[in-house]
Amino acid sequence: MNGAAILSTQGLSKTFGGFVANRNVSVDFPRGKLTAIIGPNGAGKSTFFNMISGGLKPSSGEILFEGNSVVGVMQHHFAKIGISKSFQITNLFRDLTVLENVRVAVQAIHCRFDLWSPRNRHHEWVDKAEELLRLVGLQARLRDRADRLAHGEQRSLEIAVALASDPKLLLLDEPTAGMSPEETRTIMDLIVKLLEHRTIGLVEHKMKLVMGVSDNIIVLHHGELLAQGTPDEIRSNDEVRRVYLGKARH
Amino acid sequence: MSGQRSAFFRTGADWAARHRAAATTLVLALFPLIFPFHTLAINILLFGLFAAGYNLTFGYTGKLSFGHAAFFGGGAYGCGILIANYDVHWALAIAGGILLGGLIALVIGLLATRTRGIYFAMITLALAQCVYFVFFHAASLTGGDNGLRGVNVVRVELGPLQINLLNPLAKYYFMLGLVGVAVWALARILRSPFGAVLEAVRENEGRARACGVNIEATRLLSLVISGMVCALAGALNAINLSTVAIDSLSYQTSGLAMMLTLLGGMGTFFGPFVGSAVFLGIEHIVTGYTERWQLIVGIVFIVLVLFFPKGIWGTILQRYAK
Repeated sequence: MNGAAILSTQGLSKTFGGFVANRNVSVDFPRGKLTAIIGPNGAGKSTFFNMISGGLKPSSGEILFEGNSVVGVMQHHFAKIGISKSFQITNLFRDLTVLENVRVAVQAIHCRFDLWSPRNRHHEWVDKAEELLRLVGLQARLRDRADRLAHGEQRSLEIAVALASDPKLLLLDEPTAGMSPEETRTIMDLIVKLLEHRTIGLVEHKMKLVMGVSDNIIVLHHGELLAQGTPDEIRSNDEVRRVYLGKARH
Repeated sequence: MSGQRSAFFRTGADWAARHRAAATTLVLALFPLIFPFHTLAINILLFGLFAAGYNLTFGYTGKLSFGHAAFFGGGAYGCGILIANYDVHWALAIAGGILLGGLIALVIGLLATRTRGIYFAMITLALAQCVYFVFFHAASLTGGDNGLRGVNVVRVELGPLQINLLNPLAKYYFMLGLVGVAVWALARILRSPFGAVLEAVRENEGRARACGVNIEATRLLSLVISGMVCALAGALNAINLSTVAIDSLSYQTSGLAMMLTLLGGMGTFFGPFVGSAVFLGIEHIVTGYTERWQLIVGIVFIVLVLFFPKGIWGTILQRYAK
């Protein structure tokens, strides 16, 4: 096992009935680096993402986060141990304000059941939420309802909500899905900025997008690990070329 | 002139929005001064509280329950049995009723909060029916089919203050004192960090779970609080009527809570009391003319739901709050 890895999987498999979504995937997420999980449609990226972010229980195999197994840990504990995720389909508290979306996420980490004190007395949660919203560039939209935001802004808000728990490992599921080129650039710049203080794993459909910014790339194909390595290694990998370029010729 | 009046109105509305418990209690305190049927006013008050407790589960937590009669009836029997069979002081008896209602909510919640949607409704209904039959068969304690009689609290002494509960208006204000405390506690809980978690869970369960919220524990706690508020309403109703009927545990009672909440406006703070006043008011008027009052009340209910899809108070808020 790579000692510098914050999260690593060993022989991770997931089957749904007779269908094998992931088979024997062993990969590392190096600490402080950006790891991209790529692969064609149906490669098992989402299943893999859901297993390492706590949404799905693996059929077999091991997931180690900072050396400890997180298999079978309840989903709501993941935020507390330091793994946070954003969703592929925008998944917000739509009727709440932008600020409240993040504030309630900050609160969820800091207190369990406080039924009595007025929630706005906790300035530190509000301050923290405002700081995160500044970071993702939504400081002008604090009082707007989340469902009034443009698609790209909602994706940014999604990242701010995921950051509320101060995760050591931030997992993003296709953060640029459905975005315009400008919005995509903004989000990718943000992701690079976030990398200064944390480890990031992201699922991406578009190979080109991640080549420039990733430190480590995991290529999945038919549910199995096809290759893992630096962008250069992946670029020169014959099998990866065959899977991606072969498809492109059709 | 009209600008001044609207500014005055707006200031009042802002104050009411910020002090929901005080505003609600104030309106309820003024209510019997303009509404001459004081016995009916007590019913409106108590069933309004029942619906407000139900609303915490239905409106604020987003779970459709068909079992809240178990909490209302549990509170009524808990309080009634202590007074009628053991001659316990009214305050302790009410506390006992609230405790029993909360305990029933805890047991039902442990079994039901993991289920979703219609399954939650069916399980709460089934478990509430179990509670009904337990109380029905424990006739030596509960009076069974005949109901529990002799829940007599005639006079309440609060320090130098003597309240004669045989006087309906005095009884109304005595009950309002306790309803006011419950309403204040509810407002406080809804404004607390836990209230924020309730909103988040109702809005988006998956996102809340990913943020680190324990959904099951949140729902369970919310159901227990809801059950305790409904139990207080039941306990006060036992004292109000001096009896507890087995019907207070029946599924019709659960349905009534849902109807009052829907009619007033689910997820609104004051809506349940509006629903209670409108429903019980119409029922009172119509029963004076015909035995088939349920037919008329049903038609009125359908018309109101058609024209006020968010409930009477909910629609008013939507139209004028912005």
